[in-house]
Amino acid sequence: MDADLAIVGAGPAGMAAAVQARQLGLSVVLLDEQPRAGGQIYRNIERPALRDRAILGPDYYAGAQLAEAFRDSGCRHISGATVWQITPEGQLFYSSEGASASLNCRHVLIASGAQERPMPIPGWTLPGVMTAGAAQILLKNPGLAAQDAVFAGSGPLLYLIVWQYLQAGIRVKAVLDTMPAGNYRSALRQLGGALRGRHYLIKGLKLFREIKRAGIPFIRGVTELEALGDSGSGVSQVRYRAKGRQALIDTRQLFLHQGVVPNVNLAMASGCEHRWNDRQLCWTPKLDPWGQSSQSHISIAGDGSGIGGAVAAALRGRLAVQQIACLLGRQTAAQRDASSRQWRRQLQRELAFRPFLDTLYRPTEPFRKPVREEVMVCRCEEVTLGDIRAAAAQGCMGPNQLKSFTRCGMGPCQGRQCGLTVSELMAELNQQPVEDSGYYRLRAPVKPLNLGELATLADPAATIDQETANEH
Amino acid sequence: MFQDVSQRADRATVSITIDGVIHQVPEGYTVAAALLATGRNASRSTLVSGQSRGPYCLMGVCYECLVEVDGIPNRQGCMTEVRDGMAIRRQQGVGVVGQATEQQEVGDGR
Repeated sequence: MDADLAIVGAGPAGMAAAVQARQLGLSVVLLDEQPRAGGQIYRNIERPALRDRAILGPDYYAGAQLAEAFRDSGCRHISGATVWQITPEGQLFYSSEGASASLNCRHVLIASGAQERPMPIPGWTLPGVMTAGAAQILLKNPGLAAQDAVFAGSGPLLYLIVWQYLQAGIRVKAVLDTMPAGNYRSALRQLGGALRGRHYLIKGLKLFREIKRAGIPFIRGVTELEALGDSGSGVSQVRYRAKGRQALIDTRQLFLHQGVVPNVNLAMASGCEHRWNDRQLCWTPKLDPWGQSSQSHISIAGDGSGIGGAVAAALRGRLAVQQIACLLGRQTAAQRDASSRQWRRQLQRELAFRPFLDTLYRPTEPFRKPVREEVMVCRCEEVTLGDIRAAAAQGCMGPNQLKSFTRCGMGPCQGRQCGLTVSELMAELNQQPVEDSGYYRLRAPVKPLNLGELATLADPAATIDQETANEH
Repeated sequence: MFQDVSQRADRATVSITIDGVIHQVPEGYTVAAALLATGRNASRSTLVSGQSRGPYCLMGVCYECLVEVDGIPNRQGCMTEVRDGMAIRRQQGVGVVGQATEQQEVGDGR
């Protein structure tokens, strides 16, 4: 046995879980794709690229404390490692620097976080069109920003990044907000929860005020958003409709965002059952209150278990470990419950705010399910809405069959950029609930692997030297 | 066009080539960041229609920034940090091991 617990992902959930597991005396190995701990939210936190800390703001630097506790925890950290399979027996396979290796651990905690929801508008494949999260990643490391960009979509992360650009002294051409006014009314029903998270509301309102004061054109109620340009030189204009009129903006850089969704590939391919979550419009794993999945040796914590944000992620990581320590015989159920009580209360408080956010920033249907035939749904295999409609007309029953009909979802991203769109589209075309229409059947390896990487498993001399490789 | 807002002029740099052109970029840059910082918004052309694509998610989930690094194709540019002497080539269609790819057709947005 290599360790009691293997954790996948070094974001807030993974790091907090590692610290907690070490405190309970478990041996822990954490694998993460990035060269340094932090996940996406605290990316590069131990080596901040920006001299001016005001640009990213205090919520980012708050991650330093957790990263430090993680570094001092005695957890084995294998960085630059992509986990591509967890077998039903609990064996975990990963790849790093072109070689593969495996680990045997008694329990696995998947903390693989979130990714941005696909936003399949016409022209979203043009060079120069990126996600707003990508803009923030470039700010965190290595400290790059684009002048005169247009930000389009909706959601707290979008406004935060615009604000961060402001702090960095970067001109923003415009913010095109796609949130429909009707969302305010529906979100009012969640006001009770909103008030419990009022510190987030106050922070959000401050961002809006400062964005407005800076004079950035902020256009509300945007529909029919489209990136124009050509493949050779990339995006050159953005077209949209607002207040009943069509308008054009010149820009070489468009950042899109309409919320974040769980990164489900590893958990799904490992056999963890998922359900369609209609409030968050994504697939979320079936979990018990401790994050235990339908697979007895796999727990899931953090945004991969449903979007809750960084604070909730860390709490879920700790709670999952409380139960894992119990399962592994390191503490009694009574000890588990006693030490978890306070975290559970904090988690409830954190999550109370979510229904309000989910309702307020619920993306509208035309931004989830494209309207125009030529819109690319599967970027990798270049499958358009028209192709998918044609397949459905020929009797294609759901996302899995769609692969054989069109190759949709069969490219290197393995459905990460088209899966949610296809789930909703196929359900609509076949007049089924999304839950019944289902998702792609995902299988290992969950990230593309070349044969050389795989072959190293059979050649012990070529496999990763586990004592020295990428460990910190 | 992306510009450096780090205010860290003191960062050590490494020497890399992109499609044969030499560039000095700070240590810690990813390959995708190096493409963007040198004014290239495209990283490859697709194998289906040949259209240009550029870095999109920068967190390893979209596979748009696949490039050839030191002769090995299909490396994720956003997940690979630059190293001194690294040779990066933007990829044309399907990446083939050991076969230098034609680069001229990948638009670079400049």
